[in-house]
This record gives sequence, C-alpha cells and structure tokens, in this order.
Amino acid sequence: MSNEELTERVRGIIASTQHLPREKVTADSTFQELGIDSLDGINILFAVESEFNVNIPDEAAQSIRSVRDVVEGIAKLLDQGEGGQAAVQA
Amino acid sequence: MTNRVVVTGLGVISALGHNGCEFWQALSEGRSGIAPLEAVDRTLLRFQNAAEVRHYDAARYFDEKEIGLLDRFAQFAAIAAREAIADARIEWTGELRQNTAIVTGSCVGGQTTEDEGFVNLYRKNIPRVNPLTIPRTMENAGASRISLETGVTGPTYTISTACSSSNHAIGQAFWLVRNGAARMALAGGSEAVFSLGFLKAWEAMRVVSPDTCRPFSRDRRGLILGEGGAMLVLEPLDTARARGAKIYGEIAGFGMSSDAFHVTQPSADGAAQAMRAALADASLALEQIGYINAHGTATPANDATETAAIRKVFGAHAARLAVSSTKSMHGHALGAAGALEAVATLLALDRSILPPTANFNEADPACDLDVIPNQARRVEIECALSNSFAFGGLNAVLAFRRVKG
Repeated sequence: MSNEELTERVRGIIASTQHLPREKVTADSTFQELGIDSLDGINILFAVESEFNVNIPDEAAQSIRSVRDVVEGIAKLLDQGEGGQAAVQA
Repeated sequence: MTNRVVVTGLGVISALGHNGCEFWQALSEGRSGIAPLEAVDRTLLRFQNAAEVRHYDAARYFDEKEIGLLDRFAQFAAIAAREAIADARIEWTGELRQNTAIVTGSCVGGQTTEDEGFVNLYRKNIPRVNPLTIPRTMENAGASRISLETGVTGPTYTISTACSSSNHAIGQAFWLVRNGAARMALAGGSEAVFSLGFLKAWEAMRVVSPDTCRPFSRDRRGLILGEGGAMLVLEPLDTARARGAKIYGEIAGFGMSSDAFHVTQPSADGAAQAMRAALADASLALEQIGYINAHGTATPANDATETAAIRKVFGAHAARLAVSSTKSMHGHALGAAGALEAVATLLALDRSILPPTANFNEADPACDLDVIPNQARRVEIECALSNSFAFGGLNAVLAFRRVKG
C-alpha cells in the first residue's frame, strides 16, 4: 500500500470516528488542532487497529499526536508484517 | 441526634493476604502483592501483572452449595464481613440485627460469572446459562449474602460508582450511624474482575502498567488491577466504649462531588471540592490533617491532578502533609479500593505507622509532595483523609481521626 493510499484511509477513519468533515482532517493535522483529546485518541487507535488488523503497543500509542504519526506508525507495523492478532509486548 | 462514629472491627482479603493481619504486615513492610497474572492466559494481554488474591480456596469458607450461589466477589465480601464481625466481638440481639445497616460497594459485581455464561452461550453454543447467573452477578450479592449470614434485617444496599464505590458505601453507612438511623453498620466493598473480557476492556483504555504500580514516580506507567474485599464495623463511640470494644479510630467526615468535566480525565477542582466537603463534614481544620491515603492509581493523569487538588485545598500546609498510595501494594481493586484503603488509613492512625508508596523510583515535579517513598514511617498523626476519584468524575473522600484511649 502506498503512503498516499494509507494517508487517505487514515484521514477517513479519523474523520468518521470524530464525526468531522473529511476536508478538515488533512495529512498535516495535529490532534490538538482537531480537538482530539486522549480518550478520542484511544478510540481512533482502536478503529485503526481494527481496520488494518494491527496491534499498537501502549508505548507507541502515547507518542501518537497527529495524522502523520498514525500513518507512520501503521506503515511501520505493516512493514514488519504485523497484520495479525499477535499481542506485541512493549 | 449526632453520634460520633468509630470503627470497632476490620476484615480484609486482598493480594496482601487473606486477613487484616497479613494485610497490615505487608503494608507496614512496604511489600507489594503485584505479580504475574494467573487467573487468565496473560499471553493474550498487553499487560502482565496484577494484584490477585492468591492461594484462595473457597472451600475453606463455604460449602459446595454455597460456592454455587456466590460469585468470587460476593465470597470476598462475606469473608471480610465475617472477619470484621468476629474482630468487633459483636453480640447479636434481635434488636441489633433489626437496626444494623449493611452498605457495600462494587463496580461490576459478579463479572466473572457473567463472562463464563457468555463464553458458554456465544462461543461454545451451549443454549443455556447457569440459572443462578442473575443472583450471582448482581452488584448487591455481597450485601445480601452478609445479611443472610448475620440475620441483619436493617437498611441494606449497594453503591456502584466505579473506583469510588466503597468510599461512597462507607460514607453513607457513616451518616446512617451518625444520625441514628442505624445503631451499627457493616460497610465496605468487594471486587473480583479477572476475566479475559474485562481485562481486555482495561487493556483497550491503555491505562494499565506494563510493569508495576509506581504512584507519583516520574516513570509511572499506569495502574495495576487488583481484587479483594474489606469490611468495617461502624458504631457510636458511646456504645463502643460502654461494651469495651476495641476502637481502631473514628470516621470523622465524608465528602462527595462530581467533576462535571470528562468521562475519564480527572479534574483537580472536583477532587478539591470533595476533600473540602469531607473536612467541613468533619469540622476539621486543614492543619489537623497529617496524612492522606491517595487515590494514587499511578496513571500519569491521576497522580498529577491529585497533587494539584491537594495543593488547592491545603495551600501552604500541603508541604507538611505525608501522602502515600497503598495501591502500590494491594493494586487498584476498583469497587473494593476505598474499603481496603479505609482499613489501611485506620490502622495507620491506630499504630502510628504510615504505609509507604512502594515501587517509587524518581520524583516527578508534577507530584511534588512528601509521598513516603518505599519505607513506612513511624509518626503519630491526629487526622487523615482517604481519597477515591472515579471514572465519570465521581469523587468520595473520608476523613478519619485517631481515638486515644
């Protein structure tokens, strides 16, 4: 999957989870700009984990604060072949 | 009518042992009961450790039929109540039974019973569940069981306010005895939540520590879940003295508040309001408080917010307070937390030994209070607070006073 395609899918997930118009969620948006608090962040990661069938460790989750962070995090997990239900120990 | 209310009996079953003696022994030694999770397959979870009640054999306390009637959480409530009642040397009369209240706290009641039923139904396609599922899962199962065992017919109910459940329960029982609506009360709480489904729900919130519980420490990484039960016997000071009962301490006040802020993030204002309410209910001046048993879950959010709240309330006196979180040792037992911590606080006042915050590594500037790191401290304290701040922003604070002689 290309970076562009991944970004588009992540934008869509965030817009949908947060009930925001898609145009508002850009590739450069930060969670703060979008009014996403820590609980929203957890919900977004849950949706992203479900969509891509990956497992994001708590340690990594804490440093995810923007659309770009989500995209890069997923890209890394997919590269590592993390598309599965195996629990990753932080 | 306004009675002074004292505690004359204690009972505890927890990760630190199966009775109050073992509980206090561990607390005073700064010894933690946090260890690798055994109740479920921990390879299925991100976190690995918990504060479980270990080597627990229900058959020691109940016959086979009774075990069938009682979920683990209700068993814990009954066991703690039995110990507290024996400890208080209560001599039951018909009149006392009619005028005693039982108030317990529990977050989710018989959760493991429910979970087992769901596994059978949804996964194993067994088309029926245990007919006792409802009486086992209902949050009031502990209170009802205690009533059944003691023959108490007075006001009996259960409060469910997440992590504040037992503090709310003890506070309500305290008010019943203070105003004379009850001559005596059994109050506390219990919780037993180690089913995979429930643990997965906690995992999803990303607030559980991957290692241990380090309240107030700069490197804290979240809470550690616990289980257990604790019960107190409450009665008027006059009655206690008249019958020569052992007095652990006085419940001096109870305060509550709601944050009206966020469903999971705590608010320093809400917590401060509850602490102030407890102090006012107890007619205590700030300077009379020497120790606070903190909510201290070791999440980044709670500990910093709780510190801010304590500073808001106590101002300059905050520098002279000793604050510790015993969750570092007995874990976060959710609906039972307040009850475990009430026992810890009462014994701290009674024995003049303050339990430490265990597993403490490094001071956090956002938690710049005296947190009694790692080692218990010998000091006589006049009064103490015990804090519970729950999800949903529900706060409950108890104020205790040492009783001399």
